[in-house]
Formats: sequence, structure tokens, C-alpha cells
Amino acid sequence: YFILCQSRLIYVCFYLFVYLFSVLGFVLCASGDLVKVYSTRTEEWLHSLQGHTNQVTGITLNPANHLQVYSCSVDGTVKLWDFIDGILIKTFVIGCPLFAIYVSEKHEGVLFLHVSMCFQLVSVHLPKSAEQEVEAKEMSAVSSHISKNPSCTAFGRGVRVHFFFFYFSLKATDKKGAKNAFTCIACHPTDDCIATGHEDGKIRLWRNFIHKKEYTYSTQHWHHNAVNTLCFTPEGTHLLSGGIESVLVQWQYGADNRKEFLPRLGGSILHISASSDGQLFCTSHSDNKITVIESSFKVCGVIQGLVKGDAVLTDLMIDPRSKALVLNGKPGHLQFYSLLRDKHLYNLDIVQQEYIYEAGLDQFEVVKAAFDIKGSWLATVEERGKKSSDLEFFLKLWAFDERTQSFVLNTTITAAHTDRIISMCFSSSEETTMLVTAAEDSQFKAWCQGADDQNFWSCDFVGSYHKLNPTNCSFSADSSLLAVSFQEVITIWSPDTWEMLTTLCQPPGVIRDLCFGRLSCSKYLLGTTTKNLLCCWNLLTCELEWSTSVDVSKLQPDPFSENVAAFSYQSKHTDLFVFKPSEPRPLFTNKNVCSEKVHRAVFVPREEPLNSCDESTQWLNRSQLYFLTQNMDLLTFSTATEEDRMLSSSKQLVIDDSVAVTPFYLLLGKHRQQQQKLNTQSHPVADKPQQPQGSVTIKELLHTPAHVLPAASVLCSMFVNSFLISNTGVQQDPLRYFVHINIFLFKVKTLVNFPKLMKYELLYL
Amino acid sequence: MGEFKVHRVRFFDYMPSGIRALAFNQDTERMAVARMDGSVEVFHCSDRFFQEKIIPGREQCGIEGLSWVGERLFSAGLNGGITEYDLTNQKVKYTIDAYGGPIWTITGNQQGTHLAVGCEDGTVKLFEVNEDQIQFERNLDRQKSRIISLSWHPSGSKIAAGMMDMIQVFNVETGHSIHRMLADRGAGTSRSKECVVWSVVYLSDGTIITGDSVGMVKLWDDQTGTLIKSHNVTKCDVLALSVSQNEDSLVAGTSEGIVVQFQFVSMVLEKDDKEWVRTRTFRNHTHDIRAVAEITTAVVSGGMDAQLVVRPLLDKIEVRSAASALRKIHFPHRRLVSCARKSGLMLFQYPGHLELWRLGESEGKGTPGSSLFVKRNPEKLLQLKVKGEDHIRCSAVSPCGGWIVYSTASTLRLYRLHCDNNNISITKISKLPKVLSSANQLCFSSDSSHLFSASAQSSVHIASLSQSGCKFVGTLKPKSGSHQAIHLLAASEDGKWLASANSDHEVHIYNLQTQKAHCTVPVYSSAVTAMGIHPATNCLFMMHADQQMFEYSIEQKQYTDWSRTVQRKGLHRFWVERDTPCLNVMFNPQNPSHVILHDMYMLCIIDQSLPLPDDKTQFYNQLTLKSLTEEQRKSQSHAFKVCKTFKDILCVELMPDQSLVVVERPLEDIATQLPAPIKQKKFAT
Repeated sequence: YFILCQSRLIYVCFYLFVYLFSVLGFVLCASGDLVKVYSTRTEEWLHSLQGHTNQVTGITLNPANHLQVYSCSVDGTVKLWDFIDGILIKTFVIGCPLFAIYVSEKHEGVLFLHVSMCFQLVSVHLPKSAEQEVEAKEMSAVSSHISKNPSCTAFGRGVRVHFFFFYFSLKATDKKGAKNAFTCIACHPTDDCIATGHEDGKIRLWRNFIHKKEYTYSTQHWHHNAVNTLCFTPEGTHLLSGGIESVLVQWQYGADNRKEFLPRLGGSILHISASSDGQLFCTSHSDNKITVIESSFKVCGVIQGLVKGDAVLTDLMIDPRSKALVLNGKPGHLQFYSLLRDKHLYNLDIVQQEYIYEAGLDQFEVVKAAFDIKGSWLATVEERGKKSSDLEFFLKLWAFDERTQSFVLNTTITAAHTDRIISMCFSSSEETTMLVTAAEDSQFKAWCQGADDQNFWSCDFVGSYHKLNPTNCSFSADSSLLAVSFQEVITIWSPDTWEMLTTLCQPPGVIRDLCFGRLSCSKYLLGTTTKNLLCCWNLLTCELEWSTSVDVSKLQPDPFSENVAAFSYQSKHTDLFVFKPSEPRPLFTNKNVCSEKVHRAVFVPREEPLNSCDESTQWLNRSQLYFLTQNMDLLTFSTATEEDRMLSSSKQLVIDDSVAVTPFYLLLGKHRQQQQKLNTQSHPVADKPQQPQGSVTIKELLHTPAHVLPAASVLCSMFVNSFLISNTGVQQDPLRYFVHINIFLFKVKTLVNFPKLMKYELLYL
Repeated sequence: MGEFKVHRVRFFDYMPSGIRALAFNQDTERMAVARMDGSVEVFHCSDRFFQEKIIPGREQCGIEGLSWVGERLFSAGLNGGITEYDLTNQKVKYTIDAYGGPIWTITGNQQGTHLAVGCEDGTVKLFEVNEDQIQFERNLDRQKSRIISLSWHPSGSKIAAGMMDMIQVFNVETGHSIHRMLADRGAGTSRSKECVVWSVVYLSDGTIITGDSVGMVKLWDDQTGTLIKSHNVTKCDVLALSVSQNEDSLVAGTSEGIVVQFQFVSMVLEKDDKEWVRTRTFRNHTHDIRAVAEITTAVVSGGMDAQLVVRPLLDKIEVRSAASALRKIHFPHRRLVSCARKSGLMLFQYPGHLELWRLGESEGKGTPGSSLFVKRNPEKLLQLKVKGEDHIRCSAVSPCGGWIVYSTASTLRLYRLHCDNNNISITKISKLPKVLSSANQLCFSSDSSHLFSASAQSSVHIASLSQSGCKFVGTLKPKSGSHQAIHLLAASEDGKWLASANSDHEVHIYNLQTQKAHCTVPVYSSAVTAMGIHPATNCLFMMHADQQMFEYSIEQKQYTDWSRTVQRKGLHRFWVERDTPCLNVMFNPQNPSHVILHDMYMLCIIDQSLPLPDDKTQFYNQLTLKSLTEEQRKSQSHAFKVCKTFKDILCVELMPDQSLVVVERPLEDIATQLPAPIKQKKFAT
């Protein structure tokens, strides 16, 4: 039994495409390589349809069976799912990357797919076969040079003309500079009317379009920027449109002047879907969010993933109280995201100003944030005017209010410094809270809470060193020392007396990162310089203990152990080193973690420590390392046991040719086969670990109603059998690291979701 | 090409009058336009919208409605009278009072038998159209509020009337009301305001379409008298409606200056259940649209901003060409400026008065394109108010600057102008010959000794002018042909020839010495917009509305070789595609091969000695020529030299001292003098 380390992607659960079934109460969304199923009533994540190996690009309902969906993916397969139970029914292998999928009720057994070659739209006849994986090779081209954006193709009502593609040529840009390029299209469900959205925000409704010349259209204009998506309600009485303004506009069909608005939905609207009974709409947004909207035009539910902003300017932080990950979320907000539950908790409005969704505007952004050690104070810096010369910034301090269980603004400091704040940290002592800010005006300031009953924050000390610009500041673990780096010099201060104790200097190179060692290594101070040096000073001797030449882009100490993680970027890939300052040899090295530079990382404490004794994974016992790449992918390291538990949750429908698929068959037939295999021992069942198989059995056993179960005596032996480990004899390399890159999404693995598995796990141990 | 000193004249404050009503005659393809000042104009729709006829208005004569009955044109106005026009002689034929107070609308039925007028007192009056008169027949049931709009059912048996807050449908035979449909008032504060049904259209299938002051276009069923559908077009008023001939398209003009098109299309392809659907929106106006008309291939609209906009419907056009382009008509296609070339005087014709200006003088020389120092400012010498209520039809100043003549519909007045240094005095010539009672066009001979006055029956009267007064000399009559009014006269420099053009496109040439008709130029299909007789060769140069040009040798009674070459080779595409007619033909005495033309947007010199351009050559080649050497220039240059430095040109004249007078009236200046449009919120303002 061994542990594998895996880094998985958790960031960018990009809700690309939404499909809504309101009768059944489900929202399906393509999210990375998964199709996620949510409940519209509770907004809870129910399960995922897992099986694609690359990004899922389209979902569509099986017109023959409304409990099944087709999904297509860049991996070149189309999969048919039972989305209520999350069971994969069939896989059709097409063989080339697919970008969109469409079905028509008029064409049974035919799928229309976008394939990669010159954006061709092809129709694929699905072979009728009972096998689970079928190759579908019967393809015929329908049309070429179609934009791969799924909004750009739509099915018409079709009597004889079955589908329409755009042959109307509007000049993409005309003389007057109007931008006429098509961005999306929708067909009216009953009338022959096509709605198109355009780059300049216009919506055109086309009629009479089978005539070459006598086609006619009407133009409506509300959006000030490109229309991203259009959707007719199933009755055809309304047209919904959305764009970057994040306003859902409902146009009354036939009375074009009457429109309703639903503003401030979040990020720009990417896709709109209406349920087949017209009761619910849902919109997916660029900030990783799905909004469920009633037909009365009220928001009734929000499914929020990790908010994806344009950039993460703050560090990754952990809220000491809720253990939630805190980073930039909605513009002007900090988001609190529970990694344990994979759930967005809430947004904290820092800027407290209306955000205008328009490109090119200079608006306030949260650039720095810091928590004190108890989580009762939060300091934030917001600024605007990065591009222009007149920089505006505010330092804000937020107190945690026990009563409302949220942060309340305590102090706003308008001119904390005369120039941009570079670094900010709280003292780590329990008794007194102190904030230190270092800014480009070559000063660092210490801020303390007022002694009187008005507990506002005020400046306590202003320090500087030879008029050099500070680059970083850091408190030691016990807050007895403050290290502030001024370009190439590190100064050590005593926060009690504000006396400069010593200066450390290791030329050459400007100090980039600074951190104190923890626990047994608290006598060490680590620093990285721009000249690719990682230095470690011994603070007792004030001498350089060791230094090594490595280009460290991020230095992250683990607050719960002596470990320090260093990400180094070399020749187009990032390596990770985990080491203790006291030991020159790294505990753990992982070459090529990802191909981008890593600037943000955080150690997240585990709820229950693992007690792994493997040297390479020991550092993950108490906390988990999450890091953010330049592509805005959030990755983490997890151990093999965790992975296995995750995999075990996915089900697969295995169909035997001869036997009808019944719950009984699933329960018994599979195990009979397995038993046969075990008995014959002709080829050891090595591919799949036994453990998940067993768990499926137990799960099914516990889920199947008692009156349909076979006699207990029949089950007993099987039950016990399932606990046995088959002796496969195949050893897996303990140091195999899987690095999944560019797989979007994920779900956080936790034992909490599988209490039965947990029981079993204990038994196993 | 020659260097000219240019007087850029911008002190002619011409203000076009707003358009109040439009009427389209399908059979003759004529569009009648009524303006706020009471003038009526007739445009020829298939001849590039040339303004064929102008009937000047009168003071206090607000026209509210226009209607064709066959080829006869009727108008009615707030003075309570119905007027028929004599289109041949371009004047009012008669006016009769309807005795119902101000008339808001007039419309004739399709059969051409009756006219219906809607009056302030709430009556719809039916007039029978007789051979030469109209006769009051009877009143339909009198209503309480005024009748704003009327529309006949195509069968002529029913009439729909738009009123305040309601629509009435009358049976014409019984005169009783069949249905009364109430129009909703606006919501909110406008609830207290009456809803004015500005316009109504009755379709043959029994649908009544109304446009009202709430901003709705509503469709009613005349069987049940119920509302079928309503379209909210605008927040302000829908002022005008017009339906196409085959009733599949409807246009609505609003007071925001937009025209909205509705089309009768099937909602499901290849099925017959059709619905009226709002389709296109045309934004070509800045002010209220008071009248729209959907003609065969275009939507014509006019309103307070005084421009007539012809917006082509591309789905109805077979071949796209210059004739089917978007057209905006700002200025009349007649000359409003006459110029005394020898004395540097300009006469500006306003509807109610004349202004005489002396041109300024400038000093020295400058580089091409630079502005010169003004030595003497232009000076307004005279303002001559018209006696009586009629507006001026035509006016002229003699080349020597000694005579001014103008004519209204009823009178012709001739003045002798004395000008010694700074003292200006005029004396009216009191005893005019009786034949000179009214003129359609006036012209002086080049030596100012004779006055030519175009009169009824296409005849031209000649009067000799002397210190003592004005004496009738004789009348020139065409040998045969039509009796349409003459709109252009051109006298030759040597006093031997006179050419006249009438609105039937005929050009007659008279010998002034014998006072006999000399010949008639072969009739061309398009109207003559400008003509001039060459001083040296005595060739008549004619410009037509379709931008073709002809040169006709008077002495040889045939087209010149150059003209034949032009016709054989064809004109350049860019030349033919211009959308305003040439308004003046001038000749440069220093360079006999040069002909100077102008339209609203450009000034052009045609050098008859140079080769003609074909479609492959660069038409606007002045800049290219500048960069070439002398020798290359020769091979590249062609006959057309176009100057687009000046914009919104009303008139160009060539003075004897080789200077050009360019009278401009910038459209922006006109726009600033218009009343403020309805305030609209514009995005990002």
C-alpha cells in the first residue's frame, strides 16, 4: 500500500456550456473534462459525469430519450450519459477533436458535430450496436468554415429546410465603421425567424430568408458591446440576450421595443439556456458562475465556482477562522472559497463601488490583502491608476464581527504612503496586533490600534534606510523581529523598541522574497534575490548559513512545520523544492510541476493530519500545498489514497451483450464475473485496484432496497470476498508523479462525502 | 487648367421650407411635395427625382394635405380652401372654400370620382370631381372632434377617419358611421393629453392601420372594430403612414426623425398566414417627419428639416445603379441667384423678397488654395419686398446691372436700377406691356437691351428695354409640341439666338433677328437641368437630369461631333453616379474649349480638347496629375477636371475678370436655424 503524489488542477471550473432541465431540476454544465450536474432547487452539486479525457465542448439532450445527454469533447469522443444517475451508457469514438454538438428531432440517430478540420460541420450516423465503445465512422460533411463558437450554430424549426446556416453576408465592417460581424445565432422555435447577434451589440431578426433578395430583417440595439449569446424561450414569446454588460435582456418577440432587464448578474454572460418547459433560464458567466433565473425574471439560484478574475493580484491566503482560501474574486471583492467543500462561500466587498463592466476603464482593484494570525483583522489595499501617473490607493482595515460572522470596515487610511504599497504583513504575536506596510516612497510604517476605546488604527512608527526603496517585509514566527529588505540590504528591527538591530547583506541582487523559518528553524531567515540566489542567514550569528544558486519565483513557508516550498522557473518549466532551512538537502523535489511561472502559493492546513511516513510525502501530512500558475490554474498535490477515493465515486455501466441490465445484474453479474476471474487466476485482475470495486459493492448493497436484495446468505460470502485483496503482484512505482496539466476542473477530495467508504477504510487498515 | 480667383459667397441666407405633405402618383411616377410656406413641387421619380415643377406658395397658406386625382393635383389647408393646381402652367387653377373651418386632410378615392376632406368642425365632406371643377356633394355624419386623417377603402365604399382619441369608419353610401374605435391615451402624465390619430391607412383586406401621438402603430379589424395588434414604435408621435401599392409593406414616420418599416410576411415559410412585422429602421432625418410615401422602389420621407430623402428598398430593385441610390434633396433644382456679370452684382431670390449685393474685392495674388486679403467687403445694396401675398416665382438682374425683374403668380415687376457710387435708387417701370403680366422664367439678353419672359403655352415674349421704358417687341411661339411651362431660358452672347426648355423635355431655339422658331433639339428622355449657348461657336450645351450632356450646333441644326463622341464612348461611371443635377453651364471666353458646370457638391471644367475618360481611367485624377511630370501629365489627363473644394453650392458664376463666384449655403448653417428637434437620450452622453 503506497502513496502517490499527484498534482491536480482545481482552478478554472469554467462553465462553458449550460444545459438546463427544469422539470427534472437539473443544470448540466461542461466544466473542464467533466460534465457537472447541479440541482436547480438546492444549487448543490450532485455529481459529475466523468470520463472524458479532455475539455468537454458541448452537451445536448438525446432527443429520443430525455433522460440522456450526449457530450462531446476535444478528446474526439461523444459520450451518451444517463445524467440522473451519472452513468456512462455509450462512447462513440469519432477520432478528431470536436468543438460542438447539435441534434435535431427530425434526424434520429444523427449527430451534428463540429470537427477541427477547417471548422467543418459534419453529420455522424450513430451505429446501432450494443457495445459500449463504438467507432462512428459514417460521416458526411454538411458545411464548412463555420465559427467554432457554439453560439454560432443553431437549428431551425424545419419542415423541409431542416437547418439554416448563415449565408447572408453582411460586410464585417462597413464604411461607417460599424462592426457587423456575427457573434451568435438563435432560431425561433415555431416561426421562421432567425435572431443574430453582432459585434457592435445589435440584434437582427431575419425573416423570409429563403428568398434570395426579399429577405428582410429588423434591428434592435441595446447592448453596447458584442452580443455573446441569444436564446429564444421555448414558447417563442421572448428572446434572451446577454453580453459583457452582464445584463440579461429579455426582448418581447413581436413587440421589439418592450424589453426587460436583469442587471448586475456578475461577469459577462457567456451562454443562456432555457428549460424545455420555459419555467427557468440559466446563464453562465465568465466569472465561473451559473445563475438560475425564474421565468418571472427573478434570480432564484446562484451556482458559484471559484471566481475567475482577470488576474490574482493578492497573495493566496487562508482565512484562519474558516480555513477558506481567500483571493481576488469579483472585481473589487475578496472571495472566500472553501477548498474542503469545493464551494464558494462569499464575496467580501472591499472597494464598495459599483463596478462597470466595460473594457478600458480604470477601476479600483484589490491588490494586497493580509490576515492577522487569529483571523480577527484583515488589511486590504486597493488601488487604481496603474497605467496613468496619478495613482490612487487606500489602505483599509477590517475587523471580524463575531455577531454577523463577517468582516466589518474599521479604518480607511487614504494616504498611508506617498507611493504604492509594496508589501504588507501582520505581526504574528497573539497579544498585540501590528501591521507593517512597506511602500515605494522608501519608507515602511507600522500601524497599531488606538489604545482608547475608539479602536481605530493609526501610524505607530515610520522607518527608512538610506532612502532605499523597501522590497519586502516579514515578521518572525514569534513577532520579536521584523525583517525589512531595502533593495540589496535586509534590515532587522525590534518591533518593541523600533531599534534597528542589524543589517544583513549578501550582494549582489535585489531581495525578492523574504521569510523566517518556523518552529525549530526559527533562527533562520531566508531570502531570495533577483540574481538567482537563495540565501539562508542564521540570526543568532548574523552570518550567512548557506546559499545556493537557484532562480526562485516564490518562496512559501509552511506555518505548521519547518518546511519551506520554493518554486523555481527554469527553461520553460517550474520545479518545486521543499526543504527545511536547517538542512541543505531538500525533502522533496518535483521537476516540471507545470510549464508556467508560479507566483502564488499557499499551504492549507488539513482537517485531519495524514500520518504518512513516506519521506517524499511527509511534508503533506499536516498541510496541503496549493499554487497558482500564470495561466490562472490552481494546482495542488494530493496523495494516492485521496485519488483512489475520488475515483471510486464514479460509476460505470458495464453491459454484457446477453444479459439485460438490471440492478440485480449490476450487483450480482459483475461479481460473478470477478469471482470467476479470481478463481481461474488465468490473468490476474491487475488493472483496477480492488478497493474501489469493493466499495461499489458495498455502496450498491446499501443503496438497494431490502426487498429486492437476494438472500443474505448469498450476499454474505460475496461481501466478505470483496474485502480480500487480490494478490496481483504488480508493484507500482512509489515515486510516480502524475502531473495533469490543462485539465480543467476538479472537485475537492474529501472523506466527508463518503462516510461509508471511510468505515471501510478503517477496516482495511 | 487655369487659375481662378474665387468669391466664396456665404451671405445668401436661403432657408428651405419644411415639408408638410407628400403625394405619389403611381401612373405618372410623379411625387408632389407640399412645403410649409405653401409651395408645391413636383418631382419626377424615374428621372432621378428631378424637380420638374415648382408652384410658389403664398403668405398665410398652410397646406395640410395633397392628393392626386388622376393627373390632377389638389391640396387643402388650414385656410379652409381646396385648391386645384394647373400643372401645365405651374400655377393655382382655383380655390374653393369647403365651409368647414380649417381642413386637416384631403384624400381622393382610387376610382378618381370623389375627394374627401376632414375639417375642424368634425365633418367629412365629399366632393365630386368633375371635368374642370370639383363640386360639394354631401357631408358624412358630423362628429364632435376635428378630423385629422382620412383614408378610403380601395373599393371606395368606406372611409376611415382618425380623430382625437378615436377612429371612425364611415359607410360612404349612407354617410353613417359603422364603427367607432377608441385609441388609448399614453400612460402616466400623458394620460390627460388627448391621443391624436395623426395618420390612418385602410387596406383592401379590411385592416385599418393608425399612427398616433402615443407612439403606437395599431392594426384594427374593420369587421369587428377591434384592435388586432399594436406596435410601440416610439416614445413620441407617429406622424405619417404610407402603404405600398401591393400592400405588403408599410412605413411610419415619427417625430424622432426615424422611419420604421413594417412588412407583411409569413411567419412560417411557405405558408400563407401572414403578419405585420416591424423590420427595418431608417434614420435619415434630424427632425419630425411630417410625410412619408412608399413608392415602387423606395421610401420617400420629408419633414421639418426640409430635406426630401429617397431611401431605396434594395429588395425591390433589380439592378443597383446610380438611379437607385440614397438621395437627399436639400436645394431646389432651379437657380435662386442671378448675377450681373459686368457690374459684379448678385441678386438673391427669397420667397418674399429680393436682395441685391455687390461683391467685395480682394487684393493681390496668393498661392493656390490660400485665402486672399479682402480689400472691400461685400455690400448689401437693396432689399426689395414683394407686394401682395404671392411668393416670387422667378427673378433676374440684367448683365449690366441696370435692371431687376421679378415675377409672382399674378404680377411682373421691372425696376430700373441707378447706381452712382454709393447712392442706389430704383424706379419701377410703371407702364409694362400687357403681355408681361406674369412669367414662368425671365432672362435678359447679354447686352441688356431685351427682356425675355417665358409665359403660358411655352411662348416667350420679348420686350425691349431703354431709358424711356419697356416696349413689347414680339412673341416667340414654338412651331408645335407641348404647352408645358418653360423652366429654362438661354440667350446667346451675340444676341442672335434664344433657347428655351420646357418640362416636357423639349428645347426650342429661336432666331431673335427674325423672331421665328429656328429649330427644335431632338427630345431626350430626361429633363434639361441647365443649358448655355457657347459665345464663340453658338453651340447649345445642355445638361440633363440623368447626367448626360449634349452639344447642339444651332447653325448646323445637328449635334456636334464632340457630343456624338461623348454619346458613343459613354460617360465615366463616377460622373453618371452623381446624385444632384448640374444647375449652370458657363463658358470661359479665354479658353473656348472649356465648359464650366456645377452641381451641389462640385465644380467641374470640361476641356473639350482632351480625350474622354473611360471606366478604367482614374476619374478624380487631379492629385495624381500633380505628382507627375509635364509629359506624363499629357498622357494621363482627361476632359473632366472636378473640384470638390466647395460644398453645398447654390450657384457658380464666371465673371469677366476670370474670377468665380461660388454661392455656398452650408447645410450646418441651415441646421442651426431649424427649430430644436425632440430631445433624445443618446448612449454615452
